[in-house]
Amino acid sequence: MTTTTTKTTTSGRRSLSEWWNTLNRPQQWAILIPLVVFIYALPVLNPPILTTEPGYDFPIAMFEVARYALIAIGLNVVVGQAGLLDLGYVGFFAVGAYVAALFTSPDSMLTKLPFLAVLPIAMAITMVFGVILGSPTLRLRGDYLAIVTLGFGEIVRLLADNLEPLRGNQGFQQVGHPPGTNADGSAIFNNTDGTPWYWLTVTIIILVLMLVGNLERSRVGRSWVAIRDDEDAASIMGVNTFKFKIWAFVIGAAIGGLSGALYAGQLAFVNNQKFDVVTSILFLAAVILGGSGNKVGVILGAIIVAYIPARFLGIAEYRFLIFGLALIVLMIFRPQGLLGARQRLLTYGRQAYQRLLGKGEQISKDAPVATDKNGGQ
Amino acid sequence: MTEPNNGNGPEVPAEGGLAAELAHMTEAELIEHEAEVAEVVAPDREIAVEVGETLLDIDNLTMRFGGLTALDSVSFGIRRGEILGLIGPNGAGKTTCFNAMTGVYRPTSGQVLLEGKPLGKLAKHNITRRGIARTFQNIRLFGEMTALENVVVGTDARHKTSVMGALVRSPRHFREEKEAIERAMALLDFVGIVDRAADKAKNLPYGYQRRLEIARALATEPKLLCLDEPAAGFNPIEKEDLMGLIRKIRDDGYTVLLIEHDMKLVMGVTDRIVVLEFGKKIADGAPSEIRENPSVIAAYLGVPDDDIA
Ligand SMILES: Nc1ncnc2c1ncn2[C@@H]1O[C@H](COP(=O)(O)OP(=O)(O)OP(=O)(O)O)[C@@H](O)[C@H]1O
Ligand SMILES: [Mg+2]
Repeated sequence: MTTTTTKTTTSGRRSLSEWWNTLNRPQQWAILIPLVVFIYALPVLNPPILTTEPGYDFPIAMFEVARYALIAIGLNVVVGQAGLLDLGYVGFFAVGAYVAALFTSPDSMLTKLPFLAVLPIAMAITMVFGVILGSPTLRLRGDYLAIVTLGFGEIVRLLADNLEPLRGNQGFQQVGHPPGTNADGSAIFNNTDGTPWYWLTVTIIILVLMLVGNLERSRVGRSWVAIRDDEDAASIMGVNTFKFKIWAFVIGAAIGGLSGALYAGQLAFVNNQKFDVVTSILFLAAVILGGSGNKVGVILGAIIVAYIPARFLGIAEYRFLIFGLALIVLMIFRPQGLLGARQRLLTYGRQAYQRLLGKGEQISKDAPVATDKNGGQ
Repeated sequence: MTEPNNGNGPEVPAEGGLAAELAHMTEAELIEHEAEVAEVVAPDREIAVEVGETLLDIDNLTMRFGGLTALDSVSFGIRRGEILGLIGPNGAGKTTCFNAMTGVYRPTSGQVLLEGKPLGKLAKHNITRRGIARTFQNIRLFGEMTALENVVVGTDARHKTSVMGALVRSPRHFREEKEAIERAMALLDFVGIVDRAADKAKNLPYGYQRRLEIARALATEPKLLCLDEPAAGFNPIEKEDLMGLIRKIRDDGYTVLLIEHDMKLVMGVTDRIVVLEFGKKIADGAPSEIRENPSVIAAYLGVPDDDIA
């Protein structure tokens, strides 16, 4: 075959990420740094157009949004990257919340530990739950996996309802928080001020994004996407599918557990409410709405799912109806979600594609360094 | 075959790009370039290109699906450095043979031995790591990945970076990533599709997808490469090119098992041919012998054996 020079040219308008890739590193930083500063400053700025209605504290709402974003990033590893439909994600979230409560609340009989030390413990224990749930079930596929994980979420909730040491509806009071006191002696991290919790969560999100990004641009991320695209072909190409599915599950679980622990800490209270199937579905809605397999997308989805009910209290009651309808409409017109799946799977991809295609000026829209300044048809 | 164009007009590659360089190379430069590429593609070039000892042994392999016997006590060997053709009418059991060799199916009885060691109940990915790679009759690429990423997944079969290593980016991770890209690029070049390395696999023209499957399989550094109808849907010119590629792969030190319906292609490229019909091996020999073999002729023309004998 002779080398053809046919190329896919970009059709129509350029997407956000294509534009992003036309920028060089310094330009990207020039946008990222002010953006991150703005994100950190949000609860303090409390911009009038963004602020929540009276009766819903804005910094607390921002913490809620950040918490959902963290959950969506974790669930996206499982659902978006590895393509494993997990309907019981709230189970991991609940485990994280209970671990935090058990090790910090005076209502628990266990030894008390500092809250920050409990975060990694919560992650480790949820990871164990991930292995326990994953090992038998990840041999199943598609619908079967969805049903089993749905069952797992319910089992965790029922255990919280019925196990004596988990105190049912009565729950755990005075769950711990990170150290530090204000000038007047009150704790910095308390359950009425959302701002410190928001800052902590945003910081964790940035760290998690970097680590998940590392995995994505490695053989791990490639294995996940290969499994998602064609599991049998993946294993025939040498991917240990079972191992990498378990890892996706376990890493997703750890992030779910971490957000559960943060939730428990901010609320300073954990009981058996809030861990129902509907919450799982809401988490999943954030991922699907924003764009399964796209880290920026799922954060966007989480913002929508968590912020809108906080911003418009009038419709909060109907949120499931509204999100349900939104999802249906989206699935008809844009099944890939607001931002479609997009991943960088090579550590040196940028250099490789640029070397391949000259200065990276005319690359098809697929290319992870797509630029195509005068493309379009 | 005309490659589906996806409605995209041709476009000249950017100045300075590898693709552009390739397009502008002189004959001599191209030959030198190809030699360099071949060097990267085949790390163990000292493997004898002459046909050597037995690499793979298929020993009384039987595969039943309910009442249907897709493979019936089939035995044959593949020698190192050879291109072996596996032919037979539709439904003869050729693909089933690949599936039984690569762990997709567990043989009902019989066994497959690679370098004298039985594959037994090895999982699919471990069979790949032992050194058997394959392509699929119905193309099965990772559609959402770029061509380059597809091939890098193949190279991952030889990588040892752990999940923790990838998480914290260990030195080994960087080393393997760098080597993988070099090798994947060379492989794409080797099969002749490097100009579309950055395109998603699902957007590639059909002929490119077939070649990408070969590159991805080669990336796993197989001892034996199994190709399942790699020329299906190709026009005569493309078939000619593909024959050249298969020879080039063999000359690089790989052993090739080729399923193909096109007699001209099979006769032209193989050293030896095994013929299946209704799950049974009916002939095994050099292309010239197979051409003359009455039961093979009968199988292909649908004439009962008795009428010829
Ligand atoms: N998983 C399966 N379950 C049941 N029957 C099967 C299965 N796989 C293959 N077969 C049957 O086994 C027989 C051989 O099929 P196979 O795909 O190996 O043929 P083939 O020689 O590759 O044919 P073709 O040239 O059409 O690709 C066919 O009758 C097919 O229907
Ligand atoms: Mg077949």
